Amino acid sequence: MSEDPSAMPLQLTVNGEVRDLRAAPWVTLLDLLRETLQLTGSKKGCDHGQCGACTVLVDGRRVNSCLILALTRDGSEVTTIEGLAKDGALHPLQQAFIEHDALQCGYCTPGQICSAAGLLSEGQARCREEVRELMSGNLCRCGAYTHIVEAIETVRLSGAEAAA
Amino acid sequence: MADGDMTIGKPISRIDGSKKVAGRALYAAEYDAPGLLHAAVVSSRIAKGKITAIDAIEALALPGVIAVLTHENRPRVAAFRYAYKDTVGPPGGPFKPLHDGKIRFADQPVAVVVGETLEAARDGAALVRITYEEEAFETDLDAAKAASFRPRLPRLGVKPAPKPRGDFDAAFAAAPIKIAAAYETAAQHHNAMELFATTVVWEGEDKITVYDKTQGSQNVQLYLKQALGFKLKNVRVVNAFVGGAFGSGLRPAHSAFLATLAAKHLKRSVRLVLTRAQMFSITYRADTRQEIALACDAEGRLLAVRHACVAATSRNEDQQETIVNWAGLAYACDNAAFDYQLARVDTPTPGDMRAPGAAVGVHVLECAMDELAYAAGIDPLDLRLRNWVEHDQNDDLPLTSKAQKACYAQAAERFGWSERSFGPRTMRDGHELIGWGVAGGVWDAFVAPVPTRARVTWRRDGRLEVAAAASDIGTGTYTILAQIAAEAFGVSVERVEVRLGDSTLPFNPVEGGSWMAASTGAAVAKACDKLKAALVKTARKQFKLRGKSALSVARGAVIGEALPGGAVSLNEILAAVGQDIAATGTNLPDLAGQRKHSSYVHSAVFAEVRVDEELGVIRVKRIVSAIAAGRILNPKTAGSQIIGGMVMGIGQALHEEAQTDHRFGKVMNHSFQDYHVPANADVGDIEVIFVQEHDPDVSSLGVKGVGEIGLVGVAPAIANAVFHATGKRIRSTPITIDKLLD
Repeated sequence: MSEDPSAMPLQLTVNGEVRDLRAAPWVTLLDLLRETLQLTGSKKGCDHGQCGACTVLVDGRRVNSCLILALTRDGSEVTTIEGLAKDGALHPLQQAFIEHDALQCGYCTPGQICSAAGLLSEGQARCREEVRELMSGNLCRCGAYTHIVEAIETVRLSGAEAAA
Repeated sequence: MADGDMTIGKPISRIDGSKKVAGRALYAAEYDAPGLLHAAVVSSRIAKGKITAIDAIEALALPGVIAVLTHENRPRVAAFRYAYKDTVGPPGGPFKPLHDGKIRFADQPVAVVVGETLEAARDGAALVRITYEEEAFETDLDAAKAASFRPRLPRLGVKPAPKPRGDFDAAFAAAPIKIAAAYETAAQHHNAMELFATTVVWEGEDKITVYDKTQGSQNVQLYLKQALGFKLKNVRVVNAFVGGAFGSGLRPAHSAFLATLAAKHLKRSVRLVLTRAQMFSITYRADTRQEIALACDAEGRLLAVRHACVAATSRNEDQQETIVNWAGLAYACDNAAFDYQLARVDTPTPGDMRAPGAAVGVHVLECAMDELAYAAGIDPLDLRLRNWVEHDQNDDLPLTSKAQKACYAQAAERFGWSERSFGPRTMRDGHELIGWGVAGGVWDAFVAPVPTRARVTWRRDGRLEVAAAASDIGTGTYTILAQIAAEAFGVSVERVEVRLGDSTLPFNPVEGGSWMAASTGAAVAKACDKLKAALVKTARKQFKLRGKSALSVARGAVIGEALPGGAVSLNEILAAVGQDIAATGTNLPDLAGQRKHSSYVHSAVFAEVRVDEELGVIRVKRIVSAIAAGRILNPKTAGSQIIGGMVMGIGQALHEEAQTDHRFGKVMNHSFQDYHVPANADVGDIEVIFVQEHDPDVSSLGVKGVGEIGLVGVAPAIANAVFHATGKRIRSTPITIDKLLD
């Protein structure tokens, strides 16, 4: 593929690895992750910030990567679903999602898990009701919501996220 | 889990879960290829008419854009409509993408722009200027139904409206208690999370591998062969992971055609992804207008039932669903009349969406039963039990099983139904009115109507491989097939590897109608039986056993007193043979059995809503659903199927509606912002109960399938709860605040 003449340099730390990249100004962070870096774990469900499937952590905060132009995050640290597992061991949330069957087709799952990881590190959710409310930016058409809440609550109450 | 344990019926975590939670499951748009191009679709601005001019100069001038394909410059494709037929479409002529300059519905694809990058294709698509000549159109079912008609050709696999029985008119006229009402149900869109996408990998002269979002790889393979002139053996379609579909992927989507057309034209690999908005122009659950009339005696016994429906369909095809039949099936009644008609609108052809037909037909029946209960002054649950029937009166056949009484009993107990006060507006909590509603659910227990095949291989690496061209759209198919094979060989599920979603694997029909567990599952069980026989035969040969010494397969070994040590592991046997051993099993539909009995899956649903008296805001506080679906292969994944159906039922009841502006003939709310699907906070507590049901006649595994039944009965339970809370009978779904405050 010939490089776009409009491309400009940017540096991102993606899942702990420093990447020197080039992107045109109109390329979103999501498309950069999926198309350039082949990190297809982050999903595109609407491209409008309405479904949450593209949720990743940028500098520790959860964001809809489809709404972010990649160049505006030059120098940032990005964590995607591919970077949550450490040393071959699944993140406690990943394990809890499997155990509680908090997924079906799996397409919204990476976004749900990244969002939940952000939620837990923010320390905002203190009960099931708050988890429901604060996870409502991540749609799941298979309807796994009650299991998603159970998975997150299991991890929240065990305090496992602090160790992860 | 250790080798030898029973695995069927155990709540095993889905075996594809670790890939999915780690982002390692690849969906259609996630396969790469050298020199991959990107394609974007241009959609029609108008709803009907013709294209008079196409100006692609500006688009082609954009750096990175390499082609603009339209009906004027596309390569040759099949002309006749038969070439576009797929295995599940309704009677009529399928839509032919980029065939001519005619516009048949809003957002119809009219051009494909191919670029070096995703952004070039997308921006190029915005620069294609198309001039149209508009024609008059109709998208409003209320206007179109003046010209409604009874479908001339039945749709294969869909029962037509039943024949009338008894004398409805006389019985209804003479009955002491009766109700009659008209209902509307809105058009709904499947809105699976994954965008429709196709990656076509150009493998060389007229040979392609197509990664597609579909519920049937071989259905798409056949379609691309016929419509685009490939040899069948040169088209491989892969759908190993599908990001939800709910019926939208039963028929080949136009995106698969357009991506393949572009690849064929350029002899390059191409990926095409539709936008969320464009997905609203593929298919939808038809909106309906229904009428229902019920009458009973003072004891609540049904005396007369009539159910009539007009459903939307397109100009070119007659989509049909089983909508009015349930009213003649669910309860005992000797005087029944039915009518099912279609009306044409200028939209894409409506299609099956989770629990097609029953979702809207049973909704109306169950709301009407509630209304009749109040007319008769009988508890709504009691009224249902007083009209119990275990015979299919529509087809005059016995039922293989119906454990629905246990559903009602167990769910009512769990819900606390006995604490309910009968009168509407009699329960409240502060400013919130509380409503409790009940409904029954019923859906077909299908076995695939065609032979379904699976191959099972004991490999020299010590693993058991299951292979079938079935699809797992999130349903748990990978997992249950592994359980069936593991149990047959007495090994742990971890030793089983399941390959699905590839047209080169043994034949399977599309994943739909909740038939895959019963059909593909049975094919796997049969293949396992054949493979075990083959392995026993191999062992006999290897150890030169003569006579009738008994041998069997268990715990991954051939077992028999005549063998050294009483058992020889399958791995040792294969090592001596020097190759993998495979067997293929085929499950045939039991056509003779189907003439002797009917099979359905049943449910009982209890819902609690809270309605803000001043604002009209409805919240679903909790739902309990009990399901009788024969043998449950895996309560964990099956439970998720039921929960998923219940959540979609909440959407049907309260949220989901395609809002078409009939001045433009276009769905206006074509986004997740404006077409609301239930979000986490919309869903209260949900509980699923599987009741015991033993049914050896429904399918060889005793399985009925759980993909649809979770949805059926949920919307009416909620609507009936809204009535109980407010005293208002809203006969139009979704039940939105404006209707409640009206």
